[in-house]
Amino acid sequence: MIQGISIYEILTLTSIIFFIGIYGFLTRKNLITMLLSIELILNASAINFVVINTYLYPDVLQGVFFSVFIVAIAAAETALAVAIVINLYKLITSVEVEDTETMKY
Amino acid sequence: MDFSYTILIPLIPLAVFLLLGINYKSIKPSVSGWIGSLGLFATLVLSYYTAYQYFFVVGKVGDIYQTFTEQWRWMSFTETLYIDMGVMIDQISVMMLVVVSTISFMVHLYSRGYMKGDPGYTKFFAFLSLFTFSMMGLVLAVNLFQIYIFWELVGVSSFLLIGYYYTKPSAVAAAKKAFIVTRFADLGFLIGILIIGYYGGSYDFATLNDLEGNVITNWASTSFMGLSVITWGLLLIFIGGAGKSAMFPLHIWLPDAMEGPTPVSALIHAATMVVAGVYLVARLFPLYYFVEDGYALNVVAWVGAFSALFAAIIALTQNDIKRVLAFSTMSQIGYMMLALGVSGYYGHDGLGYMASMFHLFTHAMFKGLLFLGAGSIIHAIHSNYLQDMGGLRKYMPITHITFLIAALSIAGFPGFAGFFSKDEILVAAYEHNKLIYVIGVVVAGLTAFYMFRLYFGIFWGKDTKYEHTPHESPVSMTFPLVFLAIMSAVAGYIHFSEYVTVDHQPFEAHLNYPLAAIAVGVGLLGIILAFIFYKKPSGLPEKVAASFGSLYQWAFDKFYFDELYLFVTKEIIFKRISAPFAWFDRHIVDGTMNLIGNSTVSGSEKIKKIQTGRVQDYAFAFIAGAVVLAMIFIYKWII
Repeated sequence: MIQGISIYEILTLTSIIFFIGIYGFLTRKNLITMLLSIELILNASAINFVVINTYLYPDVLQGVFFSVFIVAIAAAETALAVAIVINLYKLITSVEVEDTETMKY
Repeated sequence: MDFSYTILIPLIPLAVFLLLGINYKSIKPSVSGWIGSLGLFATLVLSYYTAYQYFFVVGKVGDIYQTFTEQWRWMSFTETLYIDMGVMIDQISVMMLVVVSTISFMVHLYSRGYMKGDPGYTKFFAFLSLFTFSMMGLVLAVNLFQIYIFWELVGVSSFLLIGYYYTKPSAVAAAKKAFIVTRFADLGFLIGILIIGYYGGSYDFATLNDLEGNVITNWASTSFMGLSVITWGLLLIFIGGAGKSAMFPLHIWLPDAMEGPTPVSALIHAATMVVAGVYLVARLFPLYYFVEDGYALNVVAWVGAFSALFAAIIALTQNDIKRVLAFSTMSQIGYMMLALGVSGYYGHDGLGYMASMFHLFTHAMFKGLLFLGAGSIIHAIHSNYLQDMGGLRKYMPITHITFLIAALSIAGFPGFAGFFSKDEILVAAYEHNKLIYVIGVVVAGLTAFYMFRLYFGIFWGKDTKYEHTPHESPVSMTFPLVFLAIMSAVAGYIHFSEYVTVDHQPFEAHLNYPLAAIAVGVGLLGIILAFIFYKKPSGLPEKVAASFGSLYQWAFDKFYFDELYLFVTKEIIFKRISAPFAWFDRHIVDGTMNLIGNSTVSGSEKIKKIQTGRVQDYAFAFIAGAVVLAMIFIYKWII
C-alpha cells in the first residue's frame, strides 16, 4: 500500500498502459515494436494483479505470485517471438508486418 | 454312406479357374489346356464314382431311392432364418453330375483343338472351368438360395464366354443381351424365392418338397388375386427358369448367344446351362404338382409346348447353322418343359417327369454333338452359313458320320437315343392332354425336317468350290465327336425309369408301339421331305417358301420378337418412362445439389477477403469482439 494513493489512481494508470499497448499493437508496422506493445499489455495486467491483491486482500499473496508467473511467461514468450522475428528476417530480410501477409485466403 | 467328398466336384474346377485365371499371362497355352482338361477329368471320375455309388450301391434302400444331404451353416441371421450351403445327392442331381461332367470334359478336349492359336487360350479354359464350377454348384444345391447364387454364377460365366471375342461388337452386344434378359427373368426368380421362403417357412428343398410338409398341405392358407401365394411364387420361379432355358417369350437371347465360340455353345447353350430351368422345375416338382392342383405346372406345360412349336418353325427358315441349332435347342427344351408339365406324381403317372429327365440326358449328348460337329465344319470352312456349304461329306468323313448319327437321334429315328426319350414324352403327353400331344408330334416332324435340311445342305447338296480344300479336324476334335456319337446312339437303351423317377421308386416303362409308330412316321416324313428338297440342288425350297408368302418372311425374321423387344425397351421404356426420370434426376435432384454447392462457392468467394493475412486485422477483430462482449456484460448485469 502506498500512502496517499488510492486504488483508483493505480487502476486508471494500468488501464492507460493497457490501452497504450493495444493501440501500439494495432498501429505499429514493426514486429519488434508490436512485441514491445504486448509487453505493455502484460505488464498492465501484472500490475493489476498485485494492486488488487495488496489493496483488497492484504493478508494473502496469490496475486503477487501470479504476477511472478506472468513475468516468467512473458520472458519465455518474448524469447520465442524474437526467435521467430530473427528467422523471418533471415528469410525475407524485413521485420515489417506488411511483408508477412502471404498466408491468406 | 458319406457323400461329403462330392463337395470336391465343384471345388476342383474352381481351383483350376483360380490357377489359370490368376496366372493367365504366365502359363503357356499348351500347359493350360492340359491343366483344364485334367481338372475336369478328376471331376468326371468323381462324378461317375458318385453315380455308381448312388445308383448301384447305397442309393436304393428297399425299393426307394434315398436323398443324401450334407450341409453347412453359411449365413446365420437368426435362429430360424439362415442359409446353408451343401450338397444334395439324389436321382436328378446325380444324373446331372454325369451329364455336366461328361459334356464339359468332351468340350475341354475339343477346345484344345478348336481354340488352338487363339490369343486368349488360357483365359478361355479358365472361363470354362468357372462355368463348370458354377453349374456343378447349381446341380448340387440344397436350398433355393444356393441354387440362386450359382444360377447367377452360370449367368456370369455365360456372359463372359459369349463375349469371349470381345473385339467383335456383335459378340459384345449378344453377351449384354443374354445377361440382361436372364437377369430380368432372375428378378422374378428372386421374388419367387422370397415369397416361397416367407410363406413356406423354409428354403430347403428337403423341407419344401416334403409331402406332409407345411407348404404342400397348407398352400391354400393365403391367397392373392384368386391364386394361392405359393402358386404365385412358383410362377415367378418359373419365370427365372424360363429366362435361363430360353422359353418363349424370354428366348431372344439364345440365338444371339451363338456369337460365342462354338465349344461354348455346345457346353452352355445346348447341353447344360439352358436346361437349368428344366432342372429347377424338376427340383421343385412336388410343389408344382401338389400346390393348387398343378396350376403352375399347367403353365409350364403350355409355355413349353408353345416354345417347342414356335422355335421349330423359326428353325426351318434360318441359314446360319448355329442359329438353327440354337432354335432347335429351344424347341427341345420346350419338349422337356412340356413333359414336366404333363407329368403326374405316383408310379407310372410320373412318366412325364422321367421322360423329361431322360430327354435332358439324351439331348445333352446329341445336341452337344451337333454343336461340336458344327464347330468342326466352321473350323474347316470358316463360315456359319448354309449357302457356303455343300458336298462336305467327301472332305470330312468323321464329322459327316457323327453328325448323321446326331441328326437321326434328334429326329427320333428308331434305335437312337432321341427316339426313346421323345417317345416317352409323347406317351406322357398323350395320356394327359391330346392337344399338347398333337403339338409334340408336329414338332417332332418339324425337327426331323430342319435337322435333315441342315444335314443335306452341309454334306450333300450343291458341290461348292472352296478356296482351300476343307480337311478333317484334328484328333482332339474328332475324339469327342466319336464319343458323343456313340453316346447318342446307345444312351436310349438305359432303362431310365429304373433310375430317375419323381417319387423315388423305379417303375416299368414300355414302348407304346402305336404312338411310337406315329412319331416315327412323322419323323420319317420330315426326313423324306428334306431329302427331296435338299439332297440335290433344286428350286423346290424357294417355291415352297414363296407359297407361304409373308408367313415365311415372318418366321425368317423370328416373328419380329427382337424388334418388338427393341420397340418396347427403346420407344416405351426409355423414351416414355426413363427419359422423364432422367430429366427429373438431372434437373431436380442434381439441380438442388448443384444449387447448394454453387451458392456455397460464390458465398465464400465473396467473404474470403476478410482473411487478409495481417496479424493486426485479426487482433483488431479479437479486441473488438472482447469489447463488445464486455459491453454486453456491463449492460446486462451491472447497469
